Amino acid sequence: MSASVIIFYIIAAFILVTAILSVTTVKIFRSAIWLLFSLIGVAALYFWMNVPFIASVQIIVYVGGIVVLIIFSIFLTQKAGDAMPKPVRSRAIWSALAVIFGIAFTCNIIKQYKFIEPGNKNFDVHINDIGIQMLSTTDYGFVLPFEVVSILLLAAMVGCIVIAMKNKTEQK
Amino acid sequence: MISLEKIATLIDGWLHQHFNDVITLLIECVLVGVGAIALFALLGLGLVWMERKVAALMQIRMGPNRVGPKGIFQTSADTLKLIMKEGLTPDGADKLLFNLAPVLVIIVAMLILAPIAFAKNFQIWDINIGVLYVSAVSSMSVIGILMAGWSSGNKYALLGAMRSGAQIVSYELSAGISVLTIVVLTGSLQISEIVQSQQTGWWIFKGHIPAIIAFVIFIIAATAETNRAPFDLAEAESELTAGFHTEYSGMKFALFFLAEYINIFIVCAIGATLFLGGWMPLHIGNVQAFNHAMDYIPSSIWFLGKTLFLIFVIMWFRWTFPRLRVDQLLNLEWKYLLPISLVNLLVMTVIAILGWHL
Repeated sequence: MSASVIIFYIIAAFILVTAILSVTTVKIFRSAIWLLFSLIGVAALYFWMNVPFIASVQIIVYVGGIVVLIIFSIFLTQKAGDAMPKPVRSRAIWSALAVIFGIAFTCNIIKQYKFIEPGNKNFDVHINDIGIQMLSTTDYGFVLPFEVVSILLLAAMVGCIVIAMKNKTEQK
Repeated sequence: MISLEKIATLIDGWLHQHFNDVITLLIECVLVGVGAIALFALLGLGLVWMERKVAALMQIRMGPNRVGPKGIFQTSADTLKLIMKEGLTPDGADKLLFNLAPVLVIIVAMLILAPIAFAKNFQIWDINIGVLYVSAVSSMSVIGILMAGWSSGNKYALLGAMRSGAQIVSYELSAGISVLTIVVLTGSLQISEIVQSQQTGWWIFKGHIPAIIAFVIFIIAATAETNRAPFDLAEAESELTAGFHTEYSGMKFALFFLAEYINIFIVCAIGATLFLGGWMPLHIGNVQAFNHAMDYIPSSIWFLGKTLFLIFVIMWFRWTFPRLRVDQLLNLEWKYLLPISLVNLLVMTVIAILGWHL
């Protein structure tokens, strides 16, 4: 086993353990922190794969954005520090069954998929290439999805502002 | 002439002679780690002393002057005192997260150190997305503060953490956009290429007025992101006792304190790299005689000098401006800095396309 494989297994174990901890802990804030570590683990996996751009985006979007948002909503919730009640047993059994079924299903699909050796191709993506490809109008260019997504985000932002805006005339 | 680059290649060569590749890599990892920790300790001691001296200068006082010449060992004595103190964990705290938070803050600060170029060809990791990596990793530091505030089980700490979160999340935007303004000019995110592109002049001179505006916005946003006065609402002694680290004592408090100064150093180093040329000596166009004279000063001195100058400016702010209120703070970012920096980015893009910056 080479060092690279050992590092992969360490990262994978880290992601799995923190993910399991995040759903089994009884304190909601700890759950958010374990989720954070799990997401950082995924970013580490991207670094391991030598795609630092994706890793950075993973950290900016998930760690710097989504987890901070989750933590803020926990802060603004009442009694968020109390331990959550134990789940009802019948519900726990059904959810365990669902998890086992899900794992079996995924394993089955993975088993049937024929993996191809990636070979020793040097995987060096330049950030400039990503940018050019993102805005290129030629074949396999991503300009249309890029613009569609940006319009979607703009609509979401306008929606947020409308919801958050206070109507000043009503207050008077 | 001895340079950091030569020392690094010498050590590397010696290790390669005596060990195989894997062990060399491991030893180098350990050396870099030890070097980073040593740098942290030195920076912590030095910058705290500098802060107290600058404060004294601003207020026409003497500052620390008893322990050692000019009080230079004052901070070492303080650190010794903090080590001796008990690291209390309050009963109402979430013990695990309470003890994890200061470590997390320090680890994040250490990670950002990786792509910074300290001297010519002297860099831990010249990653090809350098600047993006820095802004990505620095967005994690807010989590350590939120964690500390929440797990203390103290209302002051929680309020401080919330303020700090709102502040860092909003000021990250204008800091990011002012960094982008320079990235537009260089066309690269790699730190070494950004420094190399300033060989004929630093961006603050070559980039015309938009670069100066971006520089000012970057310094304001950097001050806010490191939670320093006039943006120290997260600590605000007069309102929140000590904000998010109210419950911390001994070495755990010292780690937060250290992380604050490390972060100042890092943002100033980034500012110096982007706007003031990093380790690049002061060059004026193609005036060879002047450029050669400037090249005699070692690159590490240039880098350190620029960084220390920016740190001095940030300390100057602290002892000159009164603290902002929360609403003023958020108004400043969302109503002034963000629109200005967006327009500024557009202007800079036009300049870069038309090639006026050369």
